[in-house]
Amino acid sequence: MSDFLLETRDLGISFGGLKAVQGVNLTVKKGEIYGLIGPNGAGKTTLFNLLAGVYRPTTGRFFLDGEDLTGKGSAEINRRGIARTFQNIRLFSNMSVLSNVMTGLGNRAACTVFESIFRLPRHRRAEKEIHDEAREILGVFGLDEERHLLSSGLPYGKQRKLEIARAIATHPKLLLLDEPAAGMNPQETAELVATIREIRDRFDLTVLLIEHDMSFVSGLCDRLTVLNFGEVLAEGACAQVLRDPEVIRAYLGT
Amino acid sequence: MNILINGLCLGGVYALIALGYTMVYGIAKMLNFAHGDIIMVGAYALFSGMALTGMVIPACILAAVLCTLLGILTERVAYRPLRGASPLAVLITAIGVSYLLESIAQLIYGTDSKPVSIGNFGTVKIFSADVAVSSLLTLGLCLVIMVGLTLFVRKTKLGRAMLAVSEDRGAAELMGINTNAIISLTFAIGSLLAAFAGIFYLMKIPSITPTLGSMPGIKAFTAAVIGGIGSIPGAMIGGILLGVIEEVCNSIPAVASYTTAIEFGILILLLLVKPNGLLGKQRREKV
Repeated sequence: MSDFLLETRDLGISFGGLKAVQGVNLTVKKGEIYGLIGPNGAGKTTLFNLLAGVYRPTTGRFFLDGEDLTGKGSAEINRRGIARTFQNIRLFSNMSVLSNVMTGLGNRAACTVFESIFRLPRHRRAEKEIHDEAREILGVFGLDEERHLLSSGLPYGKQRKLEIARAIATHPKLLLLDEPAAGMNPQETAELVATIREIRDRFDLTVLLIEHDMSFVSGLCDRLTVLNFGEVLAEGACAQVLRDPEVIRAYLGT
Repeated sequence: MNILINGLCLGGVYALIALGYTMVYGIAKMLNFAHGDIIMVGAYALFSGMALTGMVIPACILAAVLCTLLGILTERVAYRPLRGASPLAVLITAIGVSYLLESIAQLIYGTDSKPVSIGNFGTVKIFSADVAVSSLLTLGLCLVIMVGLTLFVRKTKLGRAMLAVSEDRGAAELMGINTNAIISLTFAIGSLLAAFAGIFYLMKIPSITPTLGSMPGIKAFTAAVIGGIGSIPGAMIGGILLGVIEEVCNSIPAVASYTTAIEFGILILLLLVKPNGLLGKQRREKV
């Protein structure tokens, strides 16, 4: 089909009279790590909410792998291949680390309520598959040791990793990361860069991420889009966009 | 001994009903005040089933199936359209559903109480006390149901999905969980438990009226709050605690007429000390 995994056409949303996001045309290639940056309130997270089905766009459409997902609910969009993490961590905090990841895997196992209750062998096999795969994913993030802890008991950096692990468990094609490095120290940030590259290759992902840490962005992203007041201010290769005087002005406010 | 077993047995029944309240509250974030009336529907379904077939087991199955479907139906018709509405609107709707069910039962069966006999199981001697077999049966089945439910929630993907929805519905949906289906499932399970409670209730008190569900409903709701609403083990502990307290109070002639007052008094005292109930979650502010 198209060369682009994600394509948005004139995507926008208004809340009352406020155009929070408007006229966004994004094209993200398969396997790319794509950055979305912009000042606070530029509409980055709103755009994520549109792509994840939390909000329905008021204008435009978007396509994943050529398939129109505009107006679908978030559970449906997740099953079609978009998973996300949150700016404020939203783990299931009273569940164990392992259960959090298994929850992500749960919606794909082929076994129904009735099988869960009556046909034990198939149910048990499905549960075992989920369990094994969850541990494999945790292993990639170096969280396997902590799998029985409550997720709220993990240190902050690991909670962020767990959120990514949980999102990956839903087998997405496109992973949306909302400020994955927020609150991390430089060493954790450097590790995160390596981890995101690794999971991109290993799980055959395309990554769209929001971030404020410019060294993180320039070290990781192939291309960038800059949002300002809900509109695209600039886009292109990472180094070129970050040199753009318009972009610098929007960020520094001069 | 007899008092203890009767208390545990009554507590088991309260626990089953309390589980329905607590699961629905935990997952759909609403108080289903019509829950007590599902017990009544279960009891009447059993009554009709017995009248039609003359056999206990098919009548029990009829009651279980009918209550489960009724639970799903009330959620779909009355509560789902109000998803996102103010909690007060949902609460009033639930009370409305409660009166609706009671009125329908009155229309069909009349307001007078009707005798129902599931059969006499006799008594057995345990430590020189005569214990009714029906009490032991109730206690045993309640335990089996509670263990089964705990395993279901802990060990299956649907159970995990239920926990996930109760913690953060939005995040659960973004993980690809069909939250509407999970909420339907919760109502189905809660109502099924209420049907069992109705059957056990009839073993203990063999007569039915259209309002029989309200008192056990309120007591079980109290039990759920004592245990910490939203918490499954909390509902079990709260239910059993309340059942034992009730039977102990009833067995002491001096306080027997104050039993209900004592139960609700304990609720008030406990909430003063632990506002979230025994096992309730502390609500933390999100930073």
